[in-house]
Amino acid sequence: MIEVEDLTKYYGGKRAIHDLCFRIEKGEIVGFLGLNGAGKTTTLRILGCLILPSSGVVRIDGMDLADSAHEIRKRLGFLPDTPPLYDEMSVQDYLRFVAELKGVSSKNLRRYVGDALATCNLNEVAADNISTLSHGYRQRVGLAQSIVHKPSLLILDEPTSGLDPVQIVEMRELIKRLGGEHTVLLSSHILTEISQTSDRLLVIDRGKLVADGTEESISQQAHGSAQGGVLELEVEGDGDSSAEQARQAIGRVPGVIVARVVSKQARRARLEVECSDDRRSQVARAVVESGLGLLLLQRKALELESIFQRLVHPSHPQPPST
Amino acid sequence: MKPIALIIRRELAAYLRSPLGWVVAAVLLLIDGLAFNVFAVGSDTARKSSEVISQFFFFSGGLAEAAGLFLAMRLIAEERQTGTINLLFSSPVRDYQIVLGKFFAALLFLIGIHILSIYMPLMVLLHGKVAKGHLVAGYLGVVLMGSTGLAIGMFASSLTRSQLVAIVVGAAISVALLLSWLLAPVTDRPFDQFFSWLALWNKHFPSFMRGSISLQDVAYYLSMTYVFLFATTRVLESRRWSS
Repeated sequence: MIEVEDLTKYYGGKRAIHDLCFRIEKGEIVGFLGLNGAGKTTTLRILGCLILPSSGVVRIDGMDLADSAHEIRKRLGFLPDTPPLYDEMSVQDYLRFVAELKGVSSKNLRRYVGDALATCNLNEVAADNISTLSHGYRQRVGLAQSIVHKPSLLILDEPTSGLDPVQIVEMRELIKRLGGEHTVLLSSHILTEISQTSDRLLVIDRGKLVADGTEESISQQAHGSAQGGVLELEVEGDGDSSAEQARQAIGRVPGVIVARVVSKQARRARLEVECSDDRRSQVARAVVESGLGLLLLQRKALELESIFQRLVHPSHPQPPST
Repeated sequence: MKPIALIIRRELAAYLRSPLGWVVAAVLLLIDGLAFNVFAVGSDTARKSSEVISQFFFFSGGLAEAAGLFLAMRLIAEERQTGTINLLFSSPVRDYQIVLGKFFAALLFLIGIHILSIYMPLMVLLHGKVAKGHLVAGYLGVVLMGSTGLAIGMFASSLTRSQLVAIVVGAAISVALLLSWLLAPVTDRPFDQFFSWLALWNKHFPSFMRGSISLQDVAYYLSMTYVFLFATTRVLESRRWSS
């Protein structure tokens, strides 16, 4: 469906994305994950035939984007970060206009617009002016315009931004339902969001692809071995140096790769320990033998949030998980 | 062709549903009527009907050019400002189709406004004679003037996201073109002829005002329109790939 090779884009002298390579199969829902400014929007805009890459090859359904952009646009639905709505039109007229613009034949027009209205739950506002709609509805009209011509490829840039929690759930369900008939690419900087809708994640950081796969495979990639893991512990000592003391003691346990102090209060400290395999009992003994109190010791659940942090900023310590 | 028709329909509806279209129409007709009353029919001495009509077209032509700039300023700048341009760019529509669709929509609206002004020359019929040919030639000149104004305005609109900047740039280009004949006496051949030919009004409009259609002048306005529409298309193309 989509093949991307060595995709690079410069804005002036600034490199927005750098040598991206990935493949996306038909019917997949793929999430692009990255911080603001990581290059998600640039990548999606290239795939959406809005801008040309500086170098690299993009093939969609076997057609080269540089040669057949016009042809590709017919099978493409695109929702930019701000939905492209004409405020003075009614929802219905607007969708009709978009459908015709995308080349839907007059025979199918009424049915396609009806389908889009129904899919996005817009029937009750179909006759309203777009300028009168709330943000949530505007976002839904934006989604409706991207699917009204039943495209095979759907590109959604931050589809849930600015929505309230109820609307986010609705939007998520909607996108999941679309996955069957369309290939869907979406982007977000909110992990929980995107991991629930997507079959696969592409993590982009500073213009580079840093991870590609399902949530589990990315988590393994981020932590090296599947056997190993991260332990979380809380210790209690007398002096200010107790945290450092614990860190050193744990660091001497064989099998421990690295121990970090995550947070320190007056007498208590939280640490994180990365080990090659399960070393809970040894770590516990080391803490107790160094004269400190062990308040808590558990395996840390690997959240996408922390994986993401590590992929994006490998050198920084992880923030405490709550 | 179909995308052009679609864009014309949408843009025309946008003029009719937004204040801008109505404001431009109202202001144009108001000033046109004022000028007609004061300068064309308001003079104390008796005048020939054809002189009155010719004065009417003098104002109408100038107003058409100005109205063209105002109608065109939103055409592309607004779409870039609100992001709706992304819809057109991600649809199977060519850049020239976007430009032509928008241009013809604005031109049709402008023609519509000027149709409403026809009562003025017809009033001359009460006490004088009006040649049909004079009206046809005059209105053709007005429409050509308006289409040039629209093309210039649209070019300016394609350069920026701000409608205010667009109207200022459009006005600057128009004024420079209007006054370019002033350069003729101070430049050498062949530039003097070029500058005097280039002027938007000087050499080309008076014949329409007098009621004669000269192919040269028609060609001048059409080529000015073409040049600016072509430039607009190129700007749009380059913006598409670079931003």
